[in-house]
Amino acid sequence: MLVHADLSALRRTRWHEYLVRFLFGGAITAATGWVGHEWGPGVAGLFLAFPAIFPAAATLIEAHEKRRKHDLGLRGTRRGREAAALDASGAARGSSGLLVFGLLVWWLIPDHSAALVLGIATGLWLVTATLGWKARHLGHRFSPKRRSGRAL
Amino acid sequence: MPEEFALRFIIGGLTVSAFAIIGDVLKPKSFAGLFGAAPSVALAGLALLIFTKGGFYAAAEARSMAAGAVAFCLYTACASWWMMRRNVAAPVAAAALIPLWFAAAVGLWFIALR
Repeated sequence: MLVHADLSALRRTRWHEYLVRFLFGGAITAATGWVGHEWGPGVAGLFLAFPAIFPAAATLIEAHEKRRKHDLGLRGTRRGREAAALDASGAARGSSGLLVFGLLVWWLIPDHSAALVLGIATGLWLVTATLGWKARHLGHRFSPKRRSGRAL
Repeated sequence: MPEEFALRFIIGGLTVSAFAIIGDVLKPKSFAGLFGAAPSVALAGLALLIFTKGGFYAAAEARSMAAGAVAFCLYTACASWWMMRRNVAAPVAAAALIPLWFAAAVGLWFIALR
């Protein structure tokens, strides 16, 4: 399956949906600082892997799929939830990259340049997450239970 | 201190929004989902932390982040299963499972990293 960008998705997103994600992301990042101040870096570090993007993303995906099906005269409830579930499944695979990011920063940051370490860790996050997604995709391709259907 | 929180808020909001927009435009959705697990809060938080408190403090936070990442995997896997198999709405699944993420992250940290 070819990965591609669909820029029309940007037009489907309403301004308040962008605002909610900005406020939520900002609040979590600020809260992590406060937790670190109160309870130290050990506890605050947990919140660096807080699901800050996923809840809003899954909600939007479900709403957009439902809206698309409504326009075709269908309910779209089931389709919307399946699309959100697929997004969640992708996020679960992406979490391997999040783990690699954390471990790499822990290992390298005391002795190396911050920009270099964060750059390499972000690159490795993407590579690890993509490999996890690709492995799942290949597994699905060769699975005897494979069913045909249009990709979401 | 209020200035630091304000800066964290703005940089965190922008980073999370940027990764979320990338996830919005990518297809298929299973691939776009990878960006739901992007290190957005980590990038913003660690970058600020390195400049304000130094590399060793940031390393201590990054170490705990590993426990948070494992909890994140459990959280999203459960959310996916719940929505797909039990037909639960996305906002309900995403919100109701946050305590699971929290319990798993704190539990792992307490057992393995404290």
